[in-house]
Amino acid sequence: MKKLLILTTALTGFGFAASAEDITVVSWGGAYTKSQVEAYHKPFTAKTGINVTSVDSDNPGPQVKTQEEAGNVTIDVADVEYSDAVRLCDEGMLETIGMDALPPGADGTPAKDDFLPGSVTDCAVATIVFSTNYGYDTTKFPNGGPTTIADFFDTKKFPGKRGLGKRPKANLEMALMADGVPAADVYKTLGTPEGVDRAFKKLDSIKKDIVWWEAGAQAPQLLADGEVSMTTAYNGRLFSAAIADGKPFKQVWDGQVYEYDLFVVPKGAPHKDAAIEFVKFATSTQALADQAKWIAYGPARKSSAALVGKFNDGKTDMGPYMPTNPENMKNALGSSYEFWVDHDAELNDRFNAWLAAN
Amino acid sequence: MTAAKTAAADAGFVEFDRVQKSYDGVSLVVKDLNLKIGKGEFLTMLGPSGSGKTTCLMMLAGFETATHGEIKLAGRNINQVPPHKRGIGMVFQNYALFPHMTVGENLAFPLEVRGIAKSDREAKVIRALDMVQMGRFAGRRPAQLSGGQQQRIALARALVFDPELVLMDEPLGALDKQLREHMQFEIKGLHDRLGITVVYVTHDQGEALTMSDRVAVFNDGVIQQLDAPAELYERPKNSFVAQFIGENNKLPGMIEALEGQKALVRLATGELIDATAVNVREKGQQTLVSIRPERVEFKPEMMPAGAHTIGAEVRDVIYMGDILRARLAVAGSDGFVMKMRNTLGQTRLAAGQKIQIGWHPQDARALDPM
Amino acid sequence: MTAVDAGMLTTADGRPLKDALARAEGRAKRRAFLLVAPLLIFILVTFVWPILQVLEQSVYNPKFSDNMPGMVSWFASHPVGTEPDEAAYATLVGDLKAAAEAKTVAVVGERVNYALPGTRSLFTAVGRKAKTLEPPFKESLIAVDPKWGDPDLWGVMRQVAKPYTGDFFLAAVDLERDKNGSIVRVNENERVYVNLFLRTFAMSAFITAICLVLAYPVAHLLAVLPLRQSNLLMILVLLPFWTSLLVRTTSWMVLLQEQGVINNILVALGIISDDGRLQMINNRMGTTIAMTHILLPFMILPLYSVMRPIPPSYVRAARSLGATSWTAFRRVYFPQTVPGIGAGTLLVFILSVGYYITPALVGGSSGTLISNLIAFHVNKSNNWSMAAALATILLVAILILYWLYDKLVGIDKLKLG
Repeated sequence: MKKLLILTTALTGFGFAASAEDITVVSWGGAYTKSQVEAYHKPFTAKTGINVTSVDSDNPGPQVKTQEEAGNVTIDVADVEYSDAVRLCDEGMLETIGMDALPPGADGTPAKDDFLPGSVTDCAVATIVFSTNYGYDTTKFPNGGPTTIADFFDTKKFPGKRGLGKRPKANLEMALMADGVPAADVYKTLGTPEGVDRAFKKLDSIKKDIVWWEAGAQAPQLLADGEVSMTTAYNGRLFSAAIADGKPFKQVWDGQVYEYDLFVVPKGAPHKDAAIEFVKFATSTQALADQAKWIAYGPARKSSAALVGKFNDGKTDMGPYMPTNPENMKNALGSSYEFWVDHDAELNDRFNAWLAAN
Repeated sequence: MTAAKTAAADAGFVEFDRVQKSYDGVSLVVKDLNLKIGKGEFLTMLGPSGSGKTTCLMMLAGFETATHGEIKLAGRNINQVPPHKRGIGMVFQNYALFPHMTVGENLAFPLEVRGIAKSDREAKVIRALDMVQMGRFAGRRPAQLSGGQQQRIALARALVFDPELVLMDEPLGALDKQLREHMQFEIKGLHDRLGITVVYVTHDQGEALTMSDRVAVFNDGVIQQLDAPAELYERPKNSFVAQFIGENNKLPGMIEALEGQKALVRLATGELIDATAVNVREKGQQTLVSIRPERVEFKPEMMPAGAHTIGAEVRDVIYMGDILRARLAVAGSDGFVMKMRNTLGQTRLAAGQKIQIGWHPQDARALDPM
Repeated sequence: MTAVDAGMLTTADGRPLKDALARAEGRAKRRAFLLVAPLLIFILVTFVWPILQVLEQSVYNPKFSDNMPGMVSWFASHPVGTEPDEAAYATLVGDLKAAAEAKTVAVVGERVNYALPGTRSLFTAVGRKAKTLEPPFKESLIAVDPKWGDPDLWGVMRQVAKPYTGDFFLAAVDLERDKNGSIVRVNENERVYVNLFLRTFAMSAFITAICLVLAYPVAHLLAVLPLRQSNLLMILVLLPFWTSLLVRTTSWMVLLQEQGVINNILVALGIISDDGRLQMINNRMGTTIAMTHILLPFMILPLYSVMRPIPPSYVRAARSLGATSWTAFRRVYFPQTVPGIGAGTLLVFILSVGYYITPALVGGSSGTLISNLIAFHVNKSNNWSMAAALATILLVAILILYWLYDKLVGIDKLKLG
């Protein structure tokens, strides 16, 4: 079966293949990819002479899996979420990198002490901590905007359309937190059928007002176009829109769901060695610190945190915009990959059914 | 025949009264048309394409509106009557048989839309099919028929609802020569039998001459001549008609002498010939003398006494079965044609032979120069 | 001609006429075949073969059976209802160890997870600890996670041990097997596919109907206008074809969205208030408008191709025979355009049933169609068997439609141009 699929996917894969010297990195597009290009790709090319081709995706994890199953891998490096990194690794679809291969921090700290806990697995190396939080257009709420996650689900108090990612992940957690479940109990609750019902019921309360986004860059766009009055988004996107593009957006950190984003090298990547070199380079202290100049995601190395200063406009202090800033962590939830690895299929089915229901 | 029918024409069953037609508001396709067609008459509109003949037919059928003037049917102005209320049968160039209906259904269509009861319909359809000897074909589709058969069906369909007037727009154009000639006789036969009025459009002058009571020769939006076929052929009123109908020899020259109808014409090469003045008025006028090839004689005994003759040299002679066709060099030109009946004892000419030719003065018509 | 017997004709030298004909024309036929062979091979490789793969994948999923051979034979030799004994657990652990070694234990877990959600980590967790497991295996496995003793899990493993399964088709029509193996409907809050199939067919039919109503007069105009004007109009009709589908769809987004061009104009004209902006996108209306626009040429072109050769004399003939213009249209013109209507309707309906990008972009949640879920299973959930089952149902539905069309109208009457 696989051989047959190779044949057909090969026909569609032509456009993707880069030349022998290039590596292909698939990431989430928009401001986030731009930050990677500036902080990783350009310095890497300058240092090694290897060109980096950037490909955008709504979610690179499943794309890696599709290519692995078809036996036609064109991706060298993919930027994936934690649950995908774990799952792909379990299924033997990723090259092993490992902590030992990673260089120590700039201050000499060994990698295993420098990286945040759990941010390096057998197959994946985290680059950033990102968060799904929500932002709103301040001009729509002249008398004071929303401040809590519950406000997001309160269309009476704060009228207007809501933007949400078209996937159950993060939405269900936020729905429960908005419904009064403490962050610590969210996954316990979501593990029970009643908890799932409760989350969907909360989503139901605003269903008619939801505009769905799929690619990360769509969320701030919906807000900018005035299509929604508030939207969940990856926090860095809201930051870029507000600070770099000067939009009147404000972020609300209450009920944020944060997690790692990781680099992986798919098994059978066309330029495996160069790809691993790239991952090592990109997750070095300096590269991670540099990225924070471009987007508000927290670096996964402790040694980088000290080097993070101001945004590339030279005046915005990045600290308050980081998901890990103590101010922002008052009511925050760390995304559970264990939960999503197990319940992905079932909750996706349920989510699709809920979406399709009239 | 012709006398009776032309008399009927005065009744004016169909009448065009000062009709003009323009498509673009800039030029006229039909210019001031006045025409009366008698009941039971077979009138043909003949002319080259673009002469306005089809436009006239379409105005009569109701598919085009007259820009100016009145069109009357049986004394009634029909300018504002929609086509389906005119009750005129029409046969189209490509038959226009409905391809999704059988022959029987095609014929029943006009009866059906008139709300005629089914039993009556069937009887009329059978009668109409028998009329064109197509009784066996009621169940067929048009595509299963030959061109000639389709033509008959189209004819039957135009007649099945007993219209008093039938229009035919080049109905035989798509048929081969033999079938066309055969159908000419059938159509003519039907016309005589049923006593219907037919307005027939064609660009084929042979067809026009064979079938019509009267022919209207169109050119440039104007009727050039309206006459019975024999008149038209033998006494064309202008060069266009002379040239358009039948074969003609043309000799350009100048009026040397004019006495009543008798004219003496001096050709450019100096020879003098006899002619009948048709539309020349004075001595010294330029003219074009037209002579039918079959009226040219080369045996002195066949020519009237005192007639002028003119020298000719035989270029070649073509054997055509019933006739012999000789091409002659006359008055410095090679295109002069003479036709001789292939009778027993006919003198056979040979190429290069020098002869004297002549004609009865009434056969040579001095017309306007073109 | 010499006849060997009454029934068979022969050539002058006595060979059977049929043989001679075959020989005489064989060369030309072979040459003709060689000319079409590249296309034939191309179609086989890029069209027929993938479709066969999809068909197979919808009923064939060897992820469990390939990686757990011991369990497959254990299930084969022990009938349904057998209590798993220590030997069964030993076989299971043996398989899990081998799978962990080959890094396929998660693949197995995923397959079981499709049938029994929440079990994937059961396998990955055991996979990591497989080496440390000691006899008695039953106890040690249940010590890792008590779910290993769950009869439901064993029942599901027995089901998925068979590489050929109709389960994906069941799931594709919102059915599943319960513990006893009988077929029941899934929980009401998980039913999605039947609803989406019905929505897809209903919306496609609606879009097709609108396309027909809009396209008929346009095609007629194209067919009767003088060549110069009709060419210009034709370019306008074809213009969308020369623009990328994405561009066209995103243009509709710009036009239709709440702060979009149409709403802004309506507000500026005072037809609607600023608060009462019309919701024309991210719902069924958005999908209907954008898809109608995109599919319109597929209706116009077949209609045009049947209308163009219909000479105006047919309608004139009908009129001269006494029919009103409406009767002439209904009895003479319309019946002759039926093959084009059939072709256009079939084409637009089939295209819209499989449409994916446009509903994904402008459909929101109420305007998504079944193809969006197929794409979801291909790209996001990676459950290709599910995608294949859904696609197969769609394919069969279209074939049935085609068959129905053949019965009612006749495929030979189809005219695409």
